[in-house]
Amino acid sequence: MINYLLNPAHWTGSDGIPALIGEHLLYSLIALAVAAIIAIPLGIYIGVTGKGVFMIAGLANALRALPSVGLLILLVLLISPSFPSKMGYILPSLIVLVLLAVPPILTNTYAGVRAVDAAAVDAARGMGFRTMKILTDVQLPCSLPLVLSGIRSALLQIISTATIAAYISLGGLGRLLIDGKAQNDYSQMVAGAVLVALLALVFDQLLAFITRRVVSPGLTRRTLKTAVTPAAADVVTTPVAA
Amino acid sequence: MNFEWLGRQFDNIVFLLGWHVLLAVAPLILGLLIALPLGWWAHRSRRIYPLLVGVAGLLYTVPSLALFVLLPLVLGTKILDPLNIVAALTIYTVALLVRVVADALDSVPEDTVQAAKAMGYRGYQSLVKVELPVGVPVISAGLRVAAVSNVSLVSVAALLGIPQLGSLFTQGFQLRFLTPIIAGILLCVILALILDGLIILLNRWMTPWTPKVVAS
Repeated sequence: MINYLLNPAHWTGSDGIPALIGEHLLYSLIALAVAAIIAIPLGIYIGVTGKGVFMIAGLANALRALPSVGLLILLVLLISPSFPSKMGYILPSLIVLVLLAVPPILTNTYAGVRAVDAAAVDAARGMGFRTMKILTDVQLPCSLPLVLSGIRSALLQIISTATIAAYISLGGLGRLLIDGKAQNDYSQMVAGAVLVALLALVFDQLLAFITRRVVSPGLTRRTLKTAVTPAAADVVTTPVAA
Repeated sequence: MNFEWLGRQFDNIVFLLGWHVLLAVAPLILGLLIALPLGWWAHRSRRIYPLLVGVAGLLYTVPSLALFVLLPLVLGTKILDPLNIVAALTIYTVALLVRVVADALDSVPEDTVQAAKAMGYRGYQSLVKVELPVGVPVISAGLRVAAVSNVSLVSVAALLGIPQLGSLFTQGFQLRFLTPIIAGILLCVILALILDGLIILLNRWMTPWTPKVVAS
């Protein structure tokens, strides 16, 4: 494994390690952005209006039960005939990545908006804030820790599943694992596994750092405590493994 | 759906399903057995809690395919050994449940613990007969999440060639044939639903004092 990583030939060119990391991140961040654009507004809407709450739990559980490998392969076989080029596997991969990333962001955004202290909302209304201003200045900043923790789970899920998508020929670090398997080259597989694990770890810590920086200090102590209630714990510990 | 193919493959599919059940359920039981004492430890000690929850969080970030590949280095097993899958999923299950068990024990009302003490329960008896049973609903909620995600994670092992329902996906991919893929997805989802349902029933059976309407 060390020899594989130290070989300079593995660090250059279009299939070198930096290029693979770049590709892995590119697909991951595109999928995360699309998922966030869908899930955050929807979560806010459901959290504020209380409409469609039944959908949340059902959706999260149903998507968790779906095997991502099966879903990837199914979509490739269905979609690739109509897209002869690289899109034949990139598009199905992105669809699956977005599909897996939506539930954690959606449930956490919803839970975050719900968990905002009603007294804070009433106080804002009493001070003459309009509904929109309450949303942007009170409800959203207060729900930020949970929203970010949803994004964190989603990103881990995406990085993990993007690795698996190498099987259907998506680029990225998963290539080292899948190609290594095909060539019976265990050191290449281990190198890929270590790099993927490091990538996930670095981005997890990066998001933890961002969370500490952007969340209002007045919130952190209290939200840590309330996250322990059984109902909230179910939402917060949305699993990320895939 | 090509039902004729499914009929011919019936024995093989049952074989794959059996392995899938084993690979998904064994880590669930092992994981719970390991997480109970660890969670209790985290519950008892304010210093241990952040440490254990932190380590659990780190383990959870490792992508499954990477963990499947790295474990042979630690365990000394072959890459095709199903033991790697059991070990990897046990790690995920423990990582998920340690915090859940600690939070479940934390959620037991202080009055209840005091009452048990006043009735003469010693520390160990109070834990086994009062605190753990009261914490069952929270633990089983965590167990449900672990069970359902384990079923989905097992199928990833097909990429390494370890036989279970995921093998139907790789087979379908190689043959460009949808039937095994759809059958595999359906069986995975049904298996997840059954495990989920069993844990709900077990929870209801172990907590006869809760109201019949289960809020989930």
